[in-house]
Amino acid sequence: MTDTAVVVVGAGPAGLRAAEALTRGGVRPILIDEAERPGGQVYRQPPPGAARSPRTLYGFEAGKAVAVHAIPARLGDAIDYRPNTLVWNVFEKHLYTVGPSGHDRLDFNRLVIASGAMDRVLPFPGWTMPGVFTLGGAQIALKAQGVSIGRRVAFIGAGPLLPLVVYQYAKAGAEIAAVLDVTPFSAKLSNASGLLAQTGTLAKGLWYIARNAIAGLLICSDVRAIGVEGEDRVRSLWWRDAADTEHRVACDAVGASFGLRSETQLADLAGCAFAYDDVARQWIPQRDAASRSSMPGVYLAGDGAGIGGADVAELQGERAALAVLEDLGAPIDTARIAALDRKLARQARFRNALERAYPYPAHLLDDVADAEIICRCEGITAGTLRAAATERDAQEMNRLKAFTRIGMGRCQGRVCGPAAAEILARTLGEDIAAVGRLRGNPPVKPIPVGGLP
Amino acid sequence: MTEHLAVDVAIIGGGTAACAAAVALREAGLTVAVLEKRRCGAGASGVNFGGVRQQGRHLAELPLARRARALWDDLNQLLGEDVEFEASGHIKLARSEADMAELERYAESAREHGLALTLLGANAVRDELPWVGPKMHGASLSPTDGQANPRMVGPAYARLARQRGVEVREYAPVRHAVSTGAGFEIEADGVTVKSCWLVNAAGAGAGVIASWFGERAPVSPLMPNMLVTEPLPYVVSRSIGVCGGDVYLRQILRGNVILGGGHGWGDVELGLARPRVEESLGCMARAVDIVPALAGAQVIRTWSGMDGQMPDHIPVIGFSSTTPRLVHAFGFSGHGFQLGPVIGLIIAELIDEGKTVSPIAPFGPQRFANWTDEPVAAYGGVQH
Repeated sequence: MTDTAVVVVGAGPAGLRAAEALTRGGVRPILIDEAERPGGQVYRQPPPGAARSPRTLYGFEAGKAVAVHAIPARLGDAIDYRPNTLVWNVFEKHLYTVGPSGHDRLDFNRLVIASGAMDRVLPFPGWTMPGVFTLGGAQIALKAQGVSIGRRVAFIGAGPLLPLVVYQYAKAGAEIAAVLDVTPFSAKLSNASGLLAQTGTLAKGLWYIARNAIAGLLICSDVRAIGVEGEDRVRSLWWRDAADTEHRVACDAVGASFGLRSETQLADLAGCAFAYDDVARQWIPQRDAASRSSMPGVYLAGDGAGIGGADVAELQGERAALAVLEDLGAPIDTARIAALDRKLARQARFRNALERAYPYPAHLLDDVADAEIICRCEGITAGTLRAAATERDAQEMNRLKAFTRIGMGRCQGRVCGPAAAEILARTLGEDIAAVGRLRGNPPVKPIPVGGLP
Repeated sequence: MTEHLAVDVAIIGGGTAACAAAVALREAGLTVAVLEKRRCGAGASGVNFGGVRQQGRHLAELPLARRARALWDDLNQLLGEDVEFEASGHIKLARSEADMAELERYAESAREHGLALTLLGANAVRDELPWVGPKMHGASLSPTDGQANPRMVGPAYARLARQRGVEVREYAPVRHAVSTGAGFEIEADGVTVKSCWLVNAAGAGAGVIASWFGERAPVSPLMPNMLVTEPLPYVVSRSIGVCGGDVYLRQILRGNVILGGGHGWGDVELGLARPRVEESLGCMARAVDIVPALAGAQVIRTWSGMDGQMPDHIPVIGFSSTTPRLVHAFGFSGHGFQLGPVIGLIIAELIDEGKTVSPIAPFGPQRFANWTDEPVAAYGGVQH
């Protein structure tokens, strides 16, 4: 390994644009990705042999998806592309990976982390029942496998993914039982001026929403409470609207998530400084406008360090690459940097308004029943968490984990962590930031027992 | 605003031994303050393997471990909490004939201390432990040993100490302590304490505290290197160690297999510790040799922490050789978890009665009085 090795983790829009820009600066980056094919989650591709048209898969974004997918093949030998490979630990200047040939170690000089995001999951009655998926999971079932999660599907959301997934499912022929937005419509109106910063994106969002409405779908916003019922699997969904009226529909599957959360574990293991972001309601690794983290040599691009969406991710990926090149002393295109910074600033205004248009649905966590499971890996209930807080003096998340096993299972708190923090903070009467965050421990995802080659 | 306390005994450190001492001292009618730099029971007491083991210990430690073992049977009742203690038995495996000879010698010595070990030949290992891999030459079984959950024990002792009226202060790192002749004055973040007695139970930080009193204590940091698998079908019925100590493993009731081996990375100043991947992967490979069923299992979590280690791998326990009414208990060198409850009793006996029924002469701090080398590197000697 040379001491100038530049590694990009993640082959979504951010990582791919970073790799591409690095090659333009004369660097041959190593691009590592967990998936078999490039695109990340947002532009996830079906497995080979299950191809459908980009227009069917990605709608308005088909052109962007196709362009992003083409990057590794177009760059060819200019990058060292390693798909099917999980980076499960960062320690000092070493990355530890597990891939088709087993465990391996990779030393880097510069590291661009483009780890993306996942659905934010919050508990509600019935959320662990077979037939309940995340919105992202429902979308991937459709995009990657060409299957619907059910015949008669209800969707619950708190972000711009909701109208898109509903539209995609309706277009694919699924029967839509209900569409529930747990955020208030008024928040969208009051942030309309900020949303106008990106008229194109706004128009597409409105188009999805309008198409859904024209299709006669049962759409309810400002939903106050939700629950799924059934015995062995989902049979129905109930909710209470803003007027506290209860509704119920029959359905056999539910797609539900509550915005996105950044996948921050690699940045944490790399030693990057974090700060609590009150709007995203998450601890986020800090980056400057050029995508530099607090750790020299580590750069953060895309949704892994604050949600910006696919377009922002492409810009940030390229911006991070230019920062790497600058820090390596390579000649850089200052005009391009200025243009990127202008675009990113405009996107940031839009994103800020979008976050406020879909505020975090904290009200769903106000009355979680003691019997409700919060950590499904370990079967830990809200009551157990509350008891640890009040009877055993668990004042922060790591102590809560030590006493209850919350976050000790396969997901390592990626799924249950946000909800557990909310419940702990409410039980203690503390601000959510005061209860801290789960300390990052490798592996970021499960790894097989085995040795280095 | 700084709080001022005056107590009979001040204890620096909030691990199991410290909090157990506090409980016992209260029982003797003394007033006690515990000063913990972070959270009680979250240091070496909380991040270790969870072995409750007599077998394999330094012979000087055996009498203490024997006495401690009797306490473990009643710990749930004392603490009012399930600490998940199981007398699952401890197996020490021989991977060579030389290992087996070592186990035979040890079993003989252990018998003189009243610890009955059962030696198993290669065939007996296959019969009694059919899930153990084929490369073993034999084993030694200690049926009364077992395992417990280290995350529970220390904090439960701290809670009990609070209930009994101990002044427990967390996030109160001690910045300095002096002997005034009549007693001690201790300055910690947010609190000062005046006391007649001082206990140094500060783990990896204990060497610095000893040095304030002119006592040499070459403590080096020791970071365990721990991994845990996803829950698996019940296979590993006993807690397992090996001669040489490069891997140890146990399966908990939840089904996860906990394995460890080698040493992690740590920074005493930052209070940070991380497992080392090369060591983790090596110990995975050795674990598969012992339990072939682990091949292909998923590791879901790893961790480390920080203990204090002495050059001779046994702790410092007893009165200071420089300062009256200063008592040391530190440097458990990676195997203090089982001893914690009894160390608490010994500290309380030393303070309350001036002596202890346990033979602690081998652990006196004066053995390092003329120590001139640096603290040793953390390798070697730790076995489970």
